Amino acid sequence: MNKIWVFAEQVECSLDRVVLELLTKAKELAREMAGETEIAAVLLGCNVESLVESLGKYGADKVYLAESEELKLYNPSIYAPIITELVKEEDPDIFLFGATAIGSELCPTIAAQLKTGVAAHCIDMNINKDGKLVATVPSFGGKIVGEILCPDTRPQMASVKPGIFIQGEEEEREPLVEKVEVNINTENLPLKAISLNKKEIKGVPLDKAEIVFCGGFGLGNKENWEKLERLAGLFGGAVACTRPVVDEGWAPGEHLMIGTSGKSVRPKVYIGFGISGATHHVCGIKDSGLIISVNNDEKAAIFEISDIGIVEDLNKVLDQLLLKFS
Amino acid sequence: MALNIVVCIKPVPDPQYYDKVSIDPETKRIIREGIPTIINPVDKNGIEAALQLRKLYGGKVTVVTMAPPNAVENLREALAMGADEAILLSDREFGGADTLATSYTLAKGIEKLANFDIVFCGVESADGATAQVSSQLGEWLGIPHLWNVFEIEAEDERNLKVKTKVENGSMDWEIKLPCLLGVAREVNKPRFISAMGIIKAKKKPISIWGRDDLTLEDERIGLTGSPTKAGEIFEPDLKRKGEILKGSLEEVVDVLTSKVRAAGINITEGKGIGSEEVSEDE
Ligand SMILES: Cc1cc2nc3c(=O)[nH]c(=O)nc-3n(C[C@H](O)[C@H](O)[C@H](O)COP(=O)(O)OP(=O)(O)OC[C@H]3O[C@@H](n4cnc5c(N)ncnc54)[C@H](O)[C@@H]3O)c2cc1C
Ligand SMILES: Nc1ncnc2c1ncn2[C@@H]1O[C@H](COP(=O)(O)O)[C@@H](O)[C@H]1O
Repeated sequence: MNKIWVFAEQVECSLDRVVLELLTKAKELAREMAGETEIAAVLLGCNVESLVESLGKYGADKVYLAESEELKLYNPSIYAPIITELVKEEDPDIFLFGATAIGSELCPTIAAQLKTGVAAHCIDMNINKDGKLVATVPSFGGKIVGEILCPDTRPQMASVKPGIFIQGEEEEREPLVEKVEVNINTENLPLKAISLNKKEIKGVPLDKAEIVFCGGFGLGNKENWEKLERLAGLFGGAVACTRPVVDEGWAPGEHLMIGTSGKSVRPKVYIGFGISGATHHVCGIKDSGLIISVNNDEKAAIFEISDIGIVEDLNKVLDQLLLKFS
Repeated sequence: MALNIVVCIKPVPDPQYYDKVSIDPETKRIIREGIPTIINPVDKNGIEAALQLRKLYGGKVTVVTMAPPNAVENLREALAMGADEAILLSDREFGGADTLATSYTLAKGIEKLANFDIVFCGVESADGATAQVSSQLGEWLGIPHLWNVFEIEAEDERNLKVKTKVENGSMDWEIKLPCLLGVAREVNKPRFISAMGIIKAKKKPISIWGRDDLTLEDERIGLTGSPTKAGEIFEPDLKRKGEILKGSLEEVVDVLTSKVRAAGINITEGKGIGSEEVSEDE
């Protein structure tokens, strides 16, 4: 039997959205594989059994559940050896991780312990005619994409950023729960997780917004960023930005940044103001429905990848929009 | 007690020019002609972090790279920033390495340096951007490691307090030396190179080590040591129709509005609606 595993990343007993996206993708891969395939989620934490239900609904036939007080806070020195041992016992064919902050550390760590390969930050995945995983990964800021295979070692590992795959429909499925014993001596570990500090996120979350107002370096100042926030409020949308806007401190933080080092979004409408169109940013918006760009440089590269372009000073366009809708 | 600090730096094509990278339709190889090779930007934050620790406790900063021979120039730049020594791991046999083989080779190079207390990497390289070498190097070296570090505070020369970025927040850690930290851009502001730095760098040692200078297993290096294999490469075509709206400001904004509506966004003029109403409409 084939086995596809998904790391069920949770923080404070809430699953990262990427887990459900990965389970959905795992179901697709299972259909492409010859013979029977079991999809399993690997869940570590403290009092997290309640998450088993959603893991089942989105595709897990089985959930490996490791629970202990020591697993309450994520710690690579504790999480990685538990998962590595489990992989050695069960020998999965494919193992998928979210390329979140936690997943991006845990996945290569486990791969190094198993001496197997990882395709990092995949944007697509298929099973080829030999039954092997073919992952497509971006390089050079997304300008080039290439296929990565892991032909000889197992599992074939891959990480995927949130928002790349679409979460599927729920189905009734009651997964088999297999408890994993945790017997790690954490007493003298040289690495100790002390605390988790969550930031309050206000406004419509970027990944749920149907319309995204994205500001670039062309905004020029924080006042224009605030105008963008007002517009997003009026339209029931979300604000987002490019990297210089985070660096300048106009935007409240990196969680609003779109691109290779930030979020990938697919809203119905994306409107960009003062964005040049660097590949690093563009690869995070390419799946949006309608792309509209405002830039006063008619030669800006962003126009090529837009459906609609407005060659105009963004100050004027922002004010006109606010006038019209306030 | 003085610290032996190692920083891994990777020479990469300057990311400002990635729009110019393309694929040769004939040979199917990546064309990056004319693009200057620079130190991977975030690796300079690694160098800066190392220099700051050295200032606190004294010791030595060694920069290490696995790269073709011309990386000597990038190493020289790191020395001009203030590093004391540089090691270039270079050998034809190292070529074609994926992250596992790269981190293995780096580990063997670092182990050859008599001892080390702390290793710095960047979070990710600009070109490959796998963000994996840092954690994997920590594994090969058998030391605790953290990735995405944006704050480092030394308790004393054996214990650090560190913060990492996680989704919508951060985590606080205590980590004992020896350890490896993969640093993010926010960790510090890399210093500029001074004229004095450039002059001093000319006299600082750069050692070049090939396969025969290291104790390593041949089946773990280069293409052979790489569990991943590259398949086809493509240039994704993201072009859209790029229709430019013409007319007065009012006209242009009116057309924009109607296009947004046509795309399925519900908006009312003069009386903007809030997010609650939008979700009810769904
Ligand atoms: C390793 C690495 C990773 C990166 N990851 C990301 C990432 O994830 N996300 C990201 O966004 N960037 C990322 N970057 C940075 C990226 O390469 C670009 O530098 C960045 O996207 C450019 O942002 P921008 O378009 O806002 O600014 P700029 O390139 O400076 O463009 C500003 C634009 O505004 C226009 N403009 C100026 N004034 C006005 C006005 N009054 N009205 C209208 N238009 C105006 C200008 O014509 C110009 O086109 C990364 C870089 C590296 C090296
Ligand atoms: N060939 C290399 N030589 C030295 N350091 C490297 C090399 N490749 C990667 N690194 C280090 O590992 C980090 C992450 O790189 P990557 O996994 O390629 O995204 C970089 O920021 C460097 O610090």
